[in-house]
Amino acid sequence: MYGFEALTFNVDGGYLEAIVRGHRAGLLTASDYNNLCQCENLDDIKMHLSATEYGSYLQNEPSPLHTTTIVEKCTLKLVDEYKHMLCQATEPLSTFLEYITYGHMIDNVVLIVTGTLHERDVHELLEKCHPLGMFDSIATLAVAQNMRELYRLVLVDTPLAPYFSECITSEDLDDMNIEIMRNTLYKAYLEDFYRFCQKLGGATSEIMSDLLSFEADRRAVNITINSIGTELTRDDRRKLYSNFGLLYPYGHEELAVCEDIDQVRGVMEKYPPYQSIFAKMSYGESQMLDKAFYEEEVKRLCLAFEQQFHYAVFFAYMRLREQEIRNLMWISECVAQNQKSRVHDSVVFIF
Amino acid sequence: MEKFIENLPPMDLMRSEKMTLVQLIIPAESSHRAITYLGELGLLQFRDLNADKSPFQRTFANQVKRCAEMSRKLRFIKDQISKANLLSSMRPVMQPDIELEELEIQLAEHEHELIEMNSNSEKLRQSYNELLEFKIVLQKAGDFLVSSGSHAVSERELDENVYSNNDYVDTSSLIEQEMRPGRSDQSGLRFISGIICKSKALRFERMLFRATRGNMLFNQAPADEDIVDPVEKTVFVVFFSGEQARTKILKICEAFGANCYPVPEDITKQRQITREVSLRLADLETTLDAGIRHRNKALTSIGMHLVKWMNMVRREKAVYDTLNMLNFDVTKKCLVGEGWCPIFAKAQIQAALQRATFDSSSQVGIIFHTMDAIESPPTYFRTNKFTNAFQEIVDAYGVAGYQEANPAVYTVITFPFLFAVMFGDWGHGICLLLGALVLLARESKLSTQKLGSFMEMLFGGRYVLLLMSLFSIYCGLIYNEFFSVPYHIFGGSAYKCRDTTCKDAYTVGLVKYQDAYPFGVDPSWRGSRSELPFLNSLKMKMSILLGVVQMNLGIIISYFNARFFSSSLDIRYQFVPQVIFLNSLFGYLSLLIIIKWCTGSQADLYHVMIYMFLSPTDNLGENQLFWGQRPLQIILLLLALIAVPWMLFPKPFILKRLHTERFQGRAYGILGTSEMDLDVEPDSARQHHEEFNFSEVFVHQMIHSIEFVLGAVSNTASYLRLWALSLAHSELSTVFYEKVLLLAWGYDNIVIRLVGLAVFAFATAFILLMMETLSAFLHALRLHWVEFQNKFYHGDGYKFRPFSFASLTEDED
Repeated sequence: MYGFEALTFNVDGGYLEAIVRGHRAGLLTASDYNNLCQCENLDDIKMHLSATEYGSYLQNEPSPLHTTTIVEKCTLKLVDEYKHMLCQATEPLSTFLEYITYGHMIDNVVLIVTGTLHERDVHELLEKCHPLGMFDSIATLAVAQNMRELYRLVLVDTPLAPYFSECITSEDLDDMNIEIMRNTLYKAYLEDFYRFCQKLGGATSEIMSDLLSFEADRRAVNITINSIGTELTRDDRRKLYSNFGLLYPYGHEELAVCEDIDQVRGVMEKYPPYQSIFAKMSYGESQMLDKAFYEEEVKRLCLAFEQQFHYAVFFAYMRLREQEIRNLMWISECVAQNQKSRVHDSVVFIF
Repeated sequence: MEKFIENLPPMDLMRSEKMTLVQLIIPAESSHRAITYLGELGLLQFRDLNADKSPFQRTFANQVKRCAEMSRKLRFIKDQISKANLLSSMRPVMQPDIELEELEIQLAEHEHELIEMNSNSEKLRQSYNELLEFKIVLQKAGDFLVSSGSHAVSERELDENVYSNNDYVDTSSLIEQEMRPGRSDQSGLRFISGIICKSKALRFERMLFRATRGNMLFNQAPADEDIVDPVEKTVFVVFFSGEQARTKILKICEAFGANCYPVPEDITKQRQITREVSLRLADLETTLDAGIRHRNKALTSIGMHLVKWMNMVRREKAVYDTLNMLNFDVTKKCLVGEGWCPIFAKAQIQAALQRATFDSSSQVGIIFHTMDAIESPPTYFRTNKFTNAFQEIVDAYGVAGYQEANPAVYTVITFPFLFAVMFGDWGHGICLLLGALVLLARESKLSTQKLGSFMEMLFGGRYVLLLMSLFSIYCGLIYNEFFSVPYHIFGGSAYKCRDTTCKDAYTVGLVKYQDAYPFGVDPSWRGSRSELPFLNSLKMKMSILLGVVQMNLGIIISYFNARFFSSSLDIRYQFVPQVIFLNSLFGYLSLLIIIKWCTGSQADLYHVMIYMFLSPTDNLGENQLFWGQRPLQIILLLLALIAVPWMLFPKPFILKRLHTERFQGRAYGILGTSEMDLDVEPDSARQHHEEFNFSEVFVHQMIHSIEFVLGAVSNTASYLRLWALSLAHSELSTVFYEKVLLLAWGYDNIVIRLVGLAVFAFATAFILLMMETLSAFLHALRLHWVEFQNKFYHGDGYKFRPFSFASLTEDED
């Protein structure tokens, strides 16, 4: 197939690729962000957004706005676009598109389970779930008492079921277990997605392996940093890293034994692509790491649009939109809480 | 000549209105009123003086926001009205004007009221639904319990396989057990009944089965009574045992959004509750009805003002948007605005501004004065409903530059005429005319209502259609075709048969016995041996004549343009050689055609034209049409050859000389200011003039000359489409007439005749009247845009878009 996918790609994927590239053209630009950062209150933000593609989603909102409303409406737009694309998609693109949402599904499962553990109201939790990661029986998650039940009652019906094989234990759920479950699921998900993309071949596998490797490496670093100083053993930590990516396998061995952030830094600086990320930070600092990773990710995602005839543009678009919504949320929060000096701390310009 | 041109009457549509840049200095207190009056007048286009500011940084951002908020409320109310199906009763009612602030308060009240009513009725509806569900559950679940109660079967233990076996005997026995008071607690068997969405029922059942490990029994029945909730629901009863299972099931019910209702096991108690519920339901129903009536009344009273209010809010928003384009002066007491207006409208604008000052009882008047403009003003043609469509045809190619000659003046006649040359058939013309007349007769009605995109286009071009149909009747009479059939309208034919049987008419031909047929083509040509050669020769020559005339017209208009912009350079080195070139070749051809028609000569014009180039000195022989033709041809050829370098070389060199002359004495000055020049922005007018790039100008001139020289040939050939389309049209209609209608008429069978007639009618309507009209329209369009307008038209202007309330309402709907 490789080398010839351009010949037949447009038969099934041409329309949707055009659609997704059109959507991409609607992403907010740096000048939009500059204007948004100057807003005095949330109504100004609404006014500015009404000139963008978000206009029709926000125009019927009554005036005292909240950050959550803005984020909710922006997410709704993304979900509408996703649903439209999913409806139009044929195999294997539809499977590919579904894969994109599994990450949200895992987050939602974890959110609900953690919430019930802390005895929060289920409906309140459901509102907080990402709409892309919803599945039918998600509310029933609250019934489960341990992992085994969780799997047997609810998750067996969802696409997440195969990822669960690693973490079925009869232990009662607690915060630590849930976090390990999240990372195990995520590991299985990323590996599965990676295999699927490899199977698709062509430019899709080429670009997606780059993007997914980056995702896996970032998760590995985050797991390492978050598990420093916890009772997680080195072997357990090692088990949570995905079995692919630039760091696999030697980097993982070294990350597994790291005891503080500077050691992580030492490991990562051996890898040229990550050198620049860590070069921006001073020693002992990990606050800006997230932003640095996001910026690197956005850069890579934008590059995905430079090639034609592959599915990675869909993944890239969804991720870029999510980043945009994160940006909007941050800006709105800063504006709403009068913290405008911090507005640039976490905004990642896309173009 | 000059005098004659000077004395030509002025044409309104020929040049766009004279515009002027004006500045308004408006005291802040009267600014709103002034802008409102200007919007009503609709003759001033404001320039955005705050283009660098984002929308929310502008002065009146708050007011714009308030208007947006109000229009949101109005949309909400309109939505509510249309949901309540009250749109038909919405009539605009005359009412005294209210202030915007008042409207804002009123709207807020109305919205608040509506939301409250909605939430109240929502609450009522919810409790009504719950009661109704309860009632249904009572009935259905009661049915389950009772129907099984009649079976008296022995007791059994509940075991694992009850559900999976689906054994009816087991089931009934269990329910029997359940039914007996006091016994259920002993065996630990209980039940929960409720109602759930039908779509979720299957998953719900599966989940229950999994959660209780199969230790349960699920019974369901569809709720047939229509609940006010639009989704279909299913009543269920779950039997289970144990406290743990109960909490689990309740949790699952909650997760699935199933409503559980307690059903008493005692039948009499059940009946009693059912009765109570029914009573309360009836109560609620009356309350709900009253609520809806009240709400509808409120909505109708709002609906009467809705259209007016929406208009008002829209206008206010436009006014504030315009105010946002103005600047505050240094003292912050006045607003400064700039804009374009036609010179004739200055008095009206001044009057409106005075009125505004007076009405707002402002101490200071509004200052209104003209300014010098660097950029070119917008183009504004005052069209009426007749000329508008033609102006649109021209504007679709490009809006005329400021004061450039407007081709629409000529297009009004030449466009329908060229169309008719291709669509010449007076039968089809009459059909088109009827269509156009229908559109015109219903003009007042159609212009108010919303049309589909196709009808909109047809209606917009109704006057074009009218002229097109009139001209095609005229051309059809000349071609003598009525649905391709010739008629003896203007007397008898000039030809007759040689003998009485007339059987050799086709092979040998007819003899002429009287004067030529007075108007158009002699009907006897139809069907004769030489019909096609004759008509082709006629139409081909006619096309060339029409083309040469129209192209000459285009060049002459370019002369008027050059005169108007007083550029003698263009007249001398562009207009004159162009006229000479075109006329020495194709003007001469036209002359030959006319001489040939007048003298009836047999000369071969192809031969004459081709050998004029190949060997101009040769004797013409039998192709000579008039005395002195050979020397004339040599002279014309020489003229054409001279004209080419004439239009190519002098203009760029003269431009260069003028440029060097102008800046000769300033060489040092330029050097001194060169640094300063770098500072000014690159697109300023001065910078532009000083940079004279000779090679660019020369290449530009070269392209233009080559385009004209080659274009003269190809454009003339392009006019032959008039002949081709006309031929195609007449041949096509002949085919439909002879091969369909006459063929069918040949049979003595009513069915075949009817079918033939139907096919003929459809072919005429869809192929000839629609497709052919479209193609002739497109070709006429092309001849105007390309062959005619490229001789003189730049089309690099921009339209005048005044701030006007009238255009506002059209835009938003």
